[in-house]
Amino acid sequence: MGGRDTDIVLLDENGIRSDGRKINETRKVSIKAGVLKNANGSAYIEFGENKILVGVYGPRDVHPKHLSDTDTGILRCRYHMTPFSVGERKNPAPSRREIEISKVIKEALEPAVMLKQFPRTAVDVYMEVLQADGGTRCAALTGASVALADAGIPMRDLVAGCAAGKAADTVILDVNNEEDQAGQADLPIGYMPNLEKITLLQLDGVLTPDEYKKCIEIGIDGCKQVYEIQKKALQEKYFSTGENKQ
Amino acid sequence: MTNSKIIDQLKKTQILELLKEGKRVDGRLFDEVRELTIDVGVIPKAEGSARVRLGDTEVVSGVKVQPERPFPDTGDQGMLICTAEILPIAHPSAETGPPQPPVIELARVTDRGIRESKMLDMKQLVLEKDKSVIGIFCDNAVTDHDGNLFDACSYATTAAINSCKIPKYEMKDDKPVKIENEFITPPITTLPVSVTMAKIDEYIIVDPNLDEWSIMDSRITITTNSDGNVVALQKGGSGGFTQDELVKCAEISVKVGSKIREIIKESSSGAN
Repeated sequence: MGGRDTDIVLLDENGIRSDGRKINETRKVSIKAGVLKNANGSAYIEFGENKILVGVYGPRDVHPKHLSDTDTGILRCRYHMTPFSVGERKNPAPSRREIEISKVIKEALEPAVMLKQFPRTAVDVYMEVLQADGGTRCAALTGASVALADAGIPMRDLVAGCAAGKAADTVILDVNNEEDQAGQADLPIGYMPNLEKITLLQLDGVLTPDEYKKCIEIGIDGCKQVYEIQKKALQEKYFSTGENKQ
Repeated sequence: MTNSKIIDQLKKTQILELLKEGKRVDGRLFDEVRELTIDVGVIPKAEGSARVRLGDTEVVSGVKVQPERPFPDTGDQGMLICTAEILPIAHPSAETGPPQPPVIELARVTDRGIRESKMLDMKQLVLEKDKSVIGIFCDNAVTDHDGNLFDACSYATTAAINSCKIPKYEMKDDKPVKIENEFITPPITTLPVSVTMAKIDEYIIVDPNLDEWSIMDSRITITTNSDGNVVALQKGGSGGFTQDELVKCAEISVKVGSKIREIIKESSSGAN
């Protein structure tokens, strides 16, 4: 947490945040499944001002070969920010931050995907952040699970992502960029709603044990809301013939 | 010491059998940390240093202090950079060359624990706003790997920074000049301490050794400060935690962390 000085009022006297949301409200999330022609599965997600495109290839041959596993398929993830996605141009080469995020997203998806039936293969998940506005790892994770499902990869559950945090001494849901920069804590969560398992969890910033519990609680709640939108995106692609049955 | 998958699988079966009986491979309790020894001031040329042994895991941490031009957006604060690397002498599987994702994660988690706890009051490390600030560089070298490098690096970094001496500088003709033999006390506000727990099947154990580390399903590293608040957290590994487990892990981290904080305090009081 930068905890930087800012002129922006993060939370006004009516409990309204800088972008007009209430403290336990997520940004507007919209997901579209199957947006790329060549990829085996894909998704486009808008999470507030975040715009992320995810493509999934595989199961396919593993290159380099020595990475292949005779017992199971392997999952590989790359989270990448385009140079134009942020205020100041980002160097296109993968940064240490992106390498770490790729790793935590991979470990968040692994409990969900069932790759035992595809030994010696790889499933590659490419997440391209086209525009970033705080909370990209949760948004990328959310889009990646939809893209994996779209690719027909067998899964135990979808993984939904949403962050909780603290700004202006208040626990809030779905931290945006301003709140991330000037707020006090950011706790991204990845959650499998049916298995009730948290598979991605990080924190930076100071939380008391009570605030920590509260953050996890509302974060899970946010993930459940995101999960409904993920399901809807898949239903729209695979079951929409005019009338949309729930 | 081998990395063979088959041996890991056999190991896992055995470790799990023991866990079911409430035992660990090395006889520890589930929430028991291995023997921890911290020696500070082991590298006299570094402004601060510490050698940490956590069981058979060993880390040497050194702090170098030097004036730096600040980042454009943080001209009113000193600079803090923590790194970690696994030296090729640490383990047969450790290799030279550019750092792989697990090592990058180790370095970033180590840095985050110190940074997010605001261990150092960075506003006090400014020589001239937007021109020159004091840079604190804490580099961790893992010299022996027996699991749980996260905690070993956390303790080494905290101990090294806590015991460091910051030379005094003054600005002369727009340039920082070191004043010989004069030091300022580091502006320490809190002592961050991480506690890493491994989840194997349904069991959660503190400070996993390499055998446990190599077969765990997932892990969680929770850093707490002197007030018992959570300041940083990192989940890893290909498994998940339930909400209740996460609350329990935070409680363990606060409890175990407070004991470790005492050991760190003791180590630096002995040196000065």
